[in-house]
Amino acid sequence: MVGDLLAVILLAPLAAVLGCLLLHRPRFVEWLNLAAALAVFVAVLRLLPWALSGPYLFWHGYLIVDPLGAWVLLSVSSVYLLASIYAIGYMRSTGEDQRLYRFYALFAGFALTTLAGPLMNNIGVYWIAIELTTLVSTFLVCFELGRESVEAAWKYMVIVSAGISLALLGIVFYYWGGSLVLGDTYDLTWSALRQVAPRINPTIGLMAFLLVLIGFGTKVGLAPMHTWLPDAHSEGPAPVSAMLSGALLNTAMIGIARFIQVSDAAHLGSLPRAVVVTIGAFSLFVAALFITRQTGIKRLMAYSSVEHMGIMALGFGFGGPLGIAGALYHMLAHSLSKSLMFFGAGNAMHAFHSKHISDIRNALSRMPKSGLLWLAGAIAITGAPPFGLFPSELTILRAGVMGPHSWAALVMLILLIVIFVGFLNHFRAMYFGPSESVTLAATDALTTKPLGLWCLLPMWMALVPLLLLGLWWPQAFSRYFTVIAAQLASTGTSP
Amino acid sequence: MLAAQLGPLAASLFSLMAIASLLLAFVMLGSRWLTDYLIAFAVQSWLIACLSAAVGYYGHYPELYLIALLTALFRGMLLPYLILNIIKRQDVDREVHERLSPSACMVIGALLVLFAFVVSGHLGQSLGLTGTVAVLALTVMLSMKLIGFLMLVVRSEALSQILGLLVLENGIFLGSQILVPGMPLLIELVILFDLLVVVACFGVLIRYLLAHARTSSAHDLRRLVG
Repeated sequence: MVGDLLAVILLAPLAAVLGCLLLHRPRFVEWLNLAAALAVFVAVLRLLPWALSGPYLFWHGYLIVDPLGAWVLLSVSSVYLLASIYAIGYMRSTGEDQRLYRFYALFAGFALTTLAGPLMNNIGVYWIAIELTTLVSTFLVCFELGRESVEAAWKYMVIVSAGISLALLGIVFYYWGGSLVLGDTYDLTWSALRQVAPRINPTIGLMAFLLVLIGFGTKVGLAPMHTWLPDAHSEGPAPVSAMLSGALLNTAMIGIARFIQVSDAAHLGSLPRAVVVTIGAFSLFVAALFITRQTGIKRLMAYSSVEHMGIMALGFGFGGPLGIAGALYHMLAHSLSKSLMFFGAGNAMHAFHSKHISDIRNALSRMPKSGLLWLAGAIAITGAPPFGLFPSELTILRAGVMGPHSWAALVMLILLIVIFVGFLNHFRAMYFGPSESVTLAATDALTTKPLGLWCLLPMWMALVPLLLLGLWWPQAFSRYFTVIAAQLASTGTSP
Repeated sequence: MLAAQLGPLAASLFSLMAIASLLLAFVMLGSRWLTDYLIAFAVQSWLIACLSAAVGYYGHYPELYLIALLTALFRGMLLPYLILNIIKRQDVDREVHERLSPSACMVIGALLVLFAFVVSGHLGQSLGLTGTVAVLALTVMLSMKLIGFLMLVVRSEALSQILGLLVLENGIFLGSQILVPGMPLLIELVILFDLLVVVACFGVLIRYLLAHARTSSAHDLRRLVG
């Protein structure tokens, strides 16, 4: 059963890629991609209860289905589904019908690599999956082929490739450390590494951990390795930005979570977690600086991603059942709310023909329906109740206060307030600020065809679960997080 | 651990090839012509291929012969060929915007090697490997890593950046041949293939850069800030 579901999850996007490449008809490829996204989402939903009963291995142990991976798949597949719906409306409005099949082939391919990442059991193959996500998404970032988007794609690829090569070095170090114990040739799976970790030389173990942290941290967008993120996230088409932010970053984040587990098993002392917590707090700091002074609308969302990845790193860094539960809840809630925000940004850019915050005024009058949803999303993403990010941030804070890094919890609290004020101040200006009549008159002259239901529906689909998650923390989730936390906390002695 | 139990001949052969690869990284640092970079990279790849074969011979890892062959084919011929095509397509054949002169780069590179030496000496000491090829391999691996990053920082021509990335990868590959010769074949094959895809993607991206941003230098890519 698990195997069948796994096959659907990996083969449906693959089929969509092939279908798009074979048949170029624009209306057909939209539906094909949407069907694949729907199939993946349903399969992941059915996979979740199965995954709870332990890690399953497939394909000679190269694929693993464990609760942590399945949880990431849930957030990835949700974003894939939402973004696929939104993409239909958004890409039609760009008038790129000729090249649309390429977009959807890349889009489904990107989803495939992102879905494959959390399923990889061999660490080397996991690294390759993450690298492949970069290669595919680069061409989605520069799909519009403007000067800025090509620049963003270039920076994205160079910085992330260079950063992730550090992770490869770290993996080689891990393999080397293990080979001094296990002999020359063995399979470097997550569980093998965890079991051998206590016997790896601590100097090698520490060095390897720091290298993989920086390497995958680059991909996650943790400061100070985040510099590619605002460019790539702001220059791609809106559905791509949502996928990058809501899906891709998570797949790299669980790599870090799993390596934290390895360094716990290796008994390296408090340093590894202290580094993770410091980087997380620093990401929040950098995000707070750039959010308050931001002028571009999608860059604002991108820096908010840096913020939320920092919060997740804090959650995993604080650790314990509470920290891990908070981080995982945050992952899902962030995926939903960031999709909502990028969709809203896409709609606003469509309505105002600008990506500058200063050009967007009286947003509610120009886009009444999606404007309201976007405003609700802005409140959600700053972590205000009654939305899903509020309980998760609160849980992470609680985990932090109880642990040895309570200073980081304090820093997080202060920076969250700064970001709340800074972020919503931009929205105040866009919704209720005084309108500069000159620019508005100029944009008024442009006739805008309103975006249809395709661009509105996914916003509702993101907002409603977000609200539910904020009002009610499901028991089933708690059970799930307990299992994951127990697996992440298990040391080398138990399998 | 293979590196600790080598005969003197094998050990000096490995050292020679590792050091020669490091010197080639300095050739790249010291030049400003793109074709020089390319030739240095190709020769470096061939050296690494020879190293793989030598490790396979002395350590009795028959699968390394395959790796050596593929390294020579992919890294030594196919990648340089692809990059040469890119060079031919653009009209820039040298580094135009120098942030640091080649000689200054060499000095910094030497300091980086010193740093790598200290780090790997420390690592080797904690493992009781002082004086073996393992320490040298670590030094070369970390040095090439740092030199690759240095190239990424100070060179702005798109092609130099790709070659900087390839030097990073070559460093890891070289080190892993000596340190972990038993690494599963599949992983090495996939990484080789991955590299090919990376270069192909970069090739397409450079074409986009030339067509839509009208530049092949990262020096001119400064629209996105803040």
